[in-house]
Amino acid sequence: MTAYAYFPGCSAHGTAKEYDRSTQSVCAKLGIELEEIPDWVCCGASPAHAVNHLLSLALVAKNLDLSPSDTIVTGCAACYNRFKTTVHALQHDRPLWEQVKQIVQPTKLNGRDFRVLHLLEVIHEFGLEEVKERVVKPLKGLKVACYYGCLLVRPPKVMGFDDPDNPKKMDELVAAIGAEPVEWEFKTECCGAFHAVPHPEIVLRLTSNILRAAKDAGADVVSVTCPMCQINLDLRQLDIQKRHKVTFNMPVLYFTQLLGLALGINESELGFDKLIVDPQPILKGKGLM
Amino acid sequence: MKQATEREQLTRTDETPILLTEEARRFTEEVIRRSGERVDWCYQCGKCTAGCPVAFAMDIEPSRIMRLVQLGQSERVLKSKAIWLCVGCQTCTTRCPQEIDTAKVMDTLREMALEREVAADKEVVTFFRSFLDNIRRYGRVFEPTLVLQYNLRSGHLLQDADKGPLMLSKGKLPLRPSRNGAIVRKIFDALGGRKR
Repeated sequence: MTAYAYFPGCSAHGTAKEYDRSTQSVCAKLGIELEEIPDWVCCGASPAHAVNHLLSLALVAKNLDLSPSDTIVTGCAACYNRFKTTVHALQHDRPLWEQVKQIVQPTKLNGRDFRVLHLLEVIHEFGLEEVKERVVKPLKGLKVACYYGCLLVRPPKVMGFDDPDNPKKMDELVAAIGAEPVEWEFKTECCGAFHAVPHPEIVLRLTSNILRAAKDAGADVVSVTCPMCQINLDLRQLDIQKRHKVTFNMPVLYFTQLLGLALGINESELGFDKLIVDPQPILKGKGLM
Repeated sequence: MKQATEREQLTRTDETPILLTEEARRFTEEVIRRSGERVDWCYQCGKCTAGCPVAFAMDIEPSRIMRLVQLGQSERVLKSKAIWLCVGCQTCTTRCPQEIDTAKVMDTLREMALEREVAADKEVVTFFRSFLDNIRRYGRVFEPTLVLQYNLRSGHLLQDADKGPLMLSKGKLPLRPSRNGAIVRKIFDALGGRKR
């Protein structure tokens, strides 16, 4: 098995520790080798590209230069989007790329052809049949709303991830581990992203709509692929309760936590206790914990 | 009778050129050049606005921003809140029948608004500055000081005050910042010391 260079992203050491932890556990269990990029730095996320195009490309280029492998994997949809966008620029806009190189002064970039993958794609590369064979605890009876958000799938020309309107990759994985993905229409609706800080009322409105749709579709839990979507959908349920007097009580888990559970990984390694809306009552109720 | 004449004018089938001032034309051209996107191709179908998740909160919707750019209305565009409310979800870019990367145009407009010091949404600008200062300092986002700095600078002192202790009790806050600030500072410096 070839080693993937792993870009954890800033949230992995803070608000999304349980994502990082469950990712490491799942990959170790499946024999997928992740090698963390040494001295990686922030990809700049939204604020960099929103105000300075060159800065956003340079931050990612620096990480590419530091990367021990040409295949880079990240679990964060926002980082994934920035990396893919930058690699796309590298391949299609030579003059721009020359400018970026002058800023970054890379030492190991020349002649390398990078592949950027989201962790979900790595699991698909590993093979869903192979995953299925390793399931020791099928998540029978658990109805899951797979939420992909924006940045994994858009813009499709650059991301090339899946059907941008109705992505299926997470649904397929969820089905492979024995759970039941629900049909719903908010798979790729925006959660409001960074507006959680400057304009929280926008996020509350958007996440309310997403959570309501998941609930209406009969989901027990929402499964996500991005730390920003997770915190907006999970933590903000407290404010939705306060301001809109609506209680969803909808657990929002990382897909790696569900996968880990099905693979029989010790629950203490999956960090269910770190989520704000506790998923344990529903998981226990279904006999999964 | 006068009404009929106006109507006639509006439905004329031959080309009715709109005369732009030199300054207006320069603005349109600058946006097209810097974004690399053919804003002049927009024919106002409105799909960007229809799909925009934050259009409800905007003072000028995305499709109207595009039209105002075509008309060289720099003041109205660069002083709008809309360009800061755009969250970069890429729905407009994905759906544009003219293949205009609308979200990228928004990025360019924000850059221009900052350069001209007319950015109109204090909260978003304060958040972006706090974020970029944060990674310039530490190399990676360090949430505790990012939130603190945003609250202090924006004057929303108590925003999310209840979240800190909760996140801390869940072990979801990093205790120490990363020490890779120098790597990021080098990039900022190479960009000409432009803080933004």
